[in-house]
Amino acid sequence: MNRRFALRIAAALALAAPLIAGASPAMAQTKLTNVSYDPTRELYKEFNAAFEKNWKAETGETLRVQVSHGGSGKQARSVIDGLNADVVTLALASDIDGIAKATGKIPENWQARLPNNSSPYTSTIVFLVRKGNPKGIKDWGDLVKQDVQVITPNPKTSGGARWNYLAAWAWARANNGGDDAKAKAFVGELFKHVPVLDSGARGSTTTFAQRELGDVLLAWENEAFLSFKEFGEDKFEIVYPSISILAEPPVAIVDGNVDKNGTRKAAEAYLNLLYDKEGQTIAAKNYYRPSKPELANPEDVKRFKDLKLVTIDKDFGGWKKAQAEHFGDGGTFDQIYRPQ
Amino acid sequence: MSADAALALGPSSGLSEPVRLPSPVTESRLAQIALIAIAVAFLAFFLLLPLIAVFAEALRRGVNAYFASFTDPDTLSAIWLTVVVAAIAVPLNIVFGLAASWAIAKFDFKGKSFLLSLIDLPFSVSPVVAGMCYVLLFGAQGYFGHWLDSHNLQIIFAIPGLVLATIFVTFPFVARELIPLMQEQGTSEEEASLSLGAGGFRTFWSVTLPNVRWALLYGVLLCNARAMGEFGAVSVVSGHLRGLTNTIPLQVEILYNEYNFVAAFAVASVLASLGLVTLAIKSGLEWRYGDQISAAHRH
Repeated sequence: MNRRFALRIAAALALAAPLIAGASPAMAQTKLTNVSYDPTRELYKEFNAAFEKNWKAETGETLRVQVSHGGSGKQARSVIDGLNADVVTLALASDIDGIAKATGKIPENWQARLPNNSSPYTSTIVFLVRKGNPKGIKDWGDLVKQDVQVITPNPKTSGGARWNYLAAWAWARANNGGDDAKAKAFVGELFKHVPVLDSGARGSTTTFAQRELGDVLLAWENEAFLSFKEFGEDKFEIVYPSISILAEPPVAIVDGNVDKNGTRKAAEAYLNLLYDKEGQTIAAKNYYRPSKPELANPEDVKRFKDLKLVTIDKDFGGWKKAQAEHFGDGGTFDQIYRPQ
Repeated sequence: MSADAALALGPSSGLSEPVRLPSPVTESRLAQIALIAIAVAFLAFFLLLPLIAVFAEALRRGVNAYFASFTDPDTLSAIWLTVVVAAIAVPLNIVFGLAASWAIAKFDFKGKSFLLSLIDLPFSVSPVVAGMCYVLLFGAQGYFGHWLDSHNLQIIFAIPGLVLATIFVTFPFVARELIPLMQEQGTSEEEASLSLGAGGFRTFWSVTLPNVRWALLYGVLLCNARAMGEFGAVSVVSGHLRGLTNTIPLQVEILYNEYNFVAAFAVASVLASLGLVTLAIKSGLEWRYGDQISAAHRH
């Protein structure tokens, strides 16, 4: 029995060894890693297949795009900690700024390298409510009514949640004659109505749609549309608030990594295709507002409602400032949020 | 009936009559039933029902949909990766566990109790913290990050990181099963073997190891179940690259978050089945070799 036992252990180890060794050549094969944020899963599933086909047609090479999804802040943290991303497609510029600052793998002027602030598609924040809108939610002010429960992810880890937060802030400021103190009080009141903070936008959507918690979900427009598709149009309604925010999820090449991986050309082609007809069409189809709507399918573009949108640069002085002021340590979010 | 009992009951009870001792259970019949019912209801509600729910959800769209869940290449690679990680972590844990328990149970040395508490550390440390520690050590910004990077070695967000995190959380399982048994068995058999001229290695192979083989298997089972089911620690070090660094539990989360509920529960049912199989083998072992598994089972 002893000998057999020892043999078995040896066999298990022998079995495992080539697996570890085998993992390395597999990594050397042409692949491109896209580290993205939470709700882009469906978008990049479709887009990656298109890009792989395109790349094969152009270069004859078989390339595989690998993706990772999660809360935007968390994903940025992983890249800082060494996740080998060739491109990052995150929810907001400050997360890519963070990578640039912490690692030096992305130059500081990254956002000027691609058109439209490096955002091939944009989105906005809308409300998703239960069918028939039983709580009568029309605008931001209704979210702090007595019996309303609001679902939003955590602004510390989720990009979408930061857009939610700033959109609420913008509305409150506009309705209080530009008073930031009153805006802060409103947002503080709003977060008292939040029973659970998920770490990413997708977690919040499942909390609201699958687990049926809360009366209103502050959601990316694309997440709201997607919920229709996944759970049926008879379950939810989209409510467009009077003011929302122009969310610009940016993309960037991680220069330090692509140079090491030898993937610069593929990474550039990948991002360029996002701006091209194919990328814009796929983005619009997946409910992202294309930055060049003329390239997308008009049927898809028709679905997007015109909204009064504030912007991060004009109304909040850019992401660097907004990030430090609202979401940094001791920022307004830390001041207003007290878990109950 | 013993005289002691009769004495205890006092002189009023006749010595010749059989003495009726009060039943050790003093609660009324009703209270007993109520207590048992509560316990059973609790188990059914918190353990059985969720387990049934997993399989019910997985099979909600039929058997075909269930099996179709396992054709997704990302899911297959998650299953494969989980097997690989366990295939590395479990044998290493066998080696560490045997070495540690052998040293602790058969020898006396300074710092023994310290070593014991070190082995227990993974039980008390949250797995997430364990994962964070590895990120702190081996992440790009960590203590060894620069050196690893300059040598083109990737630990975090790759298989080595997953293996490390898994080893950490499963570390106590083998050792904890072996130590009490080895301690109870003492060193007399080893001494006999040595005095008959066998070498240390031979003694270990032919005396120590056979004595603990069932306990070892028991520990390995628990270790393996945990290695395959661990979520927290591997989640931190995984990076969630699809088809590359997602283990089964992480894949379940991803599928769930992608509204792929049938697939999520189908994959979860694999983990649940693994748990059930482990439980069955574990019970079988306890029933058949209870006395050889742990000193605690002997009395």
